[in-house]
Amino acid sequence: MQFDWSVVLISLPDLFDGLKLTIIIAFSGLIGGFIIGTLAGLFRAYGPPLCNVLAQVYVELIRGTPMVVQVMFLYFALPVLMQIRIPGLTAAIIAIAINSGAYLAEVIRGALQSVPRGFMEAGLAMGMSPGKVLIKIVGPLAFRRLIPPLGNQCIISLKDTSIFIVIGVGELTRTGQEIIAGNFRAVEIWSVVALIYLAVTGVMTLTLRLIERKMRII
Amino acid sequence: MVEFKNVTKNFGRVEVLRGIDLQVNSGEVVVVIGPSGSGKSTFLRCINALETISGGDLLVDGLSVKGRSKDIYQIRLEAGMVFQHFNLFPQMTALENVMFGPVQVRGMSRGEARDIAQRLLKKVGLEERGDRYPSQLSGGQQQRVAIARSLAIKPKLMLFDEPTSALDPELRHEVLKVIQNLAAEGMTMIVVTHEIGFAKNVGTRMLFMDQGTVVHDGAPAHLISEPPSQRFKDFLQHVS
Repeated sequence: MQFDWSVVLISLPDLFDGLKLTIIIAFSGLIGGFIIGTLAGLFRAYGPPLCNVLAQVYVELIRGTPMVVQVMFLYFALPVLMQIRIPGLTAAIIAIAINSGAYLAEVIRGALQSVPRGFMEAGLAMGMSPGKVLIKIVGPLAFRRLIPPLGNQCIISLKDTSIFIVIGVGELTRTGQEIIAGNFRAVEIWSVVALIYLAVTGVMTLTLRLIERKMRII
Repeated sequence: MVEFKNVTKNFGRVEVLRGIDLQVNSGEVVVVIGPSGSGKSTFLRCINALETISGGDLLVDGLSVKGRSKDIYQIRLEAGMVFQHFNLFPQMTALENVMFGPVQVRGMSRGEARDIAQRLLKKVGLEERGDRYPSQLSGGQQQRVAIARSLAIKPKLMLFDEPTSALDPELRHEVLKVIQNLAAEGMTMIVVTHEIGFAKNVGTRMLFMDQGTVVHDGAPAHLISEPPSQRFKDFLQHVS
C-alpha cells in the first residue's frame, strides 16, 4: 500500500484539536490527582487511624477496578442512581483525578516515609510545629524522591485519556477514530496518532529530567 | 532550670525510666553515663518532649512538658538539641542550616540570621565552610555545624545525645573541644556520652544511669576516683 501524506496533512488540524482536549483532561486530572494523592498519602503516612483507613479504602477501591468501568459508572450509572448528570469532559477529568490520586497516594506515602525520622526530629527540636516541619523540611526532601514516580504517573495518565473514547469525549484517539470512519486510512491516521502521543510523552520525560537535575536527589 | 518529678516512661510494657527525681540548675554541666539501654537517651529526649513522659512531671524553666503545644514549642526553643547522627538538613548548605532556626522560629530577617550564622560558624571553626552541603563535610564538621544550628535559636540549655558516638576517634576531639568551650562560657548543658575523660574534665556533675534509674549523682572526679558501687566500677572498666 501507499502511505498517503496528504491524508495526514488534511487531518492534522482536527487531530490537534483532539490533542488539546487530551492535554486539558490529563493536566487538570493530574492536578486534581496530585491534590487528592497528597492528602491521602499524608493520611496514610501520618494520619489518625480513621483517616488512614479511609485513605486505604479509597486506594484499594480505585486501584482494584478498571478505569473504563469507573468512567462508565460516572457517566452512565450516576444519572440513573442519583439523577446527577456529568458532562463527558468533566467525567473524564474526574476519572483521571481519582485514578492518578490513588496511585500517587501510595507513592507519596512511600516518599514521606523514606525521609529519615531524624530530620523531622531536628526540626521539632527547634521549636517548629509538625506541620511547619513537614512543609519546610520533610516535604521538600520527599518531593525529590517523588519526581521519578511522578513522571511515570504523568505519562500513564496522559495515555489513559485514550479510554474516554467510550464516553464519546473527542480527545486524540477518538478524533483519530472518527477521521478513519470517514476516510478509511487506518495506517496513516493511527501512525500519526501514535507519533503525537510519543511526542507529548517525550516532552514530559525531558521536562522531568530537567526538574530532576535542578533539584538533585540527595 | 530542669526539674524531674518522679518521671516514668514506658515503651509498651517496657519501663525505660523508673521514677527519676532530680533538678538541674542554671550553669551546671551534667554528664550522663551508663550502659546502653539504661535510659540515657530517653532521659534526655523527655526534656524537650521528643518523648512524652508516662508519669510524674517534668518542668523546663517552669513549663511542663505535659503542657499545651505552645508550651512545648517554647521548651524546645529554650532547650537546643544535638543528635548522635547530626541530622543536618541535606538540601541546605551549612550556613543555611544554621540560618534556618532564626528565620523560621525566631522570625528574624535573612540578613540578620546570616550575620548570626556566620558568627556561630566561626565559633565552631567552620567560617570557611558555610557554602558546603552536609554531604561535603566530614562527620566532625557536620556535628560542629549541628551545634551551631542549635545555638542559633539562642537556647538557655543545650542537650547533647551522644554527640561523638558516630564519629571516628580522631574527629571526636574537635567536637568535644567545641562543647568544652561552650561549658567554659557558662552554658547549661546535659551531655549523654561515653567519653569518660571528657566527662571528668568538663562535667560539673555526673549521673550514672542503670536500668531506668539514676544510680549515682555526684562530682565526676569524686565518682571516678572512688566508685561508690561495684556496678559502676565494672562500667568504668568497660568504657576506659
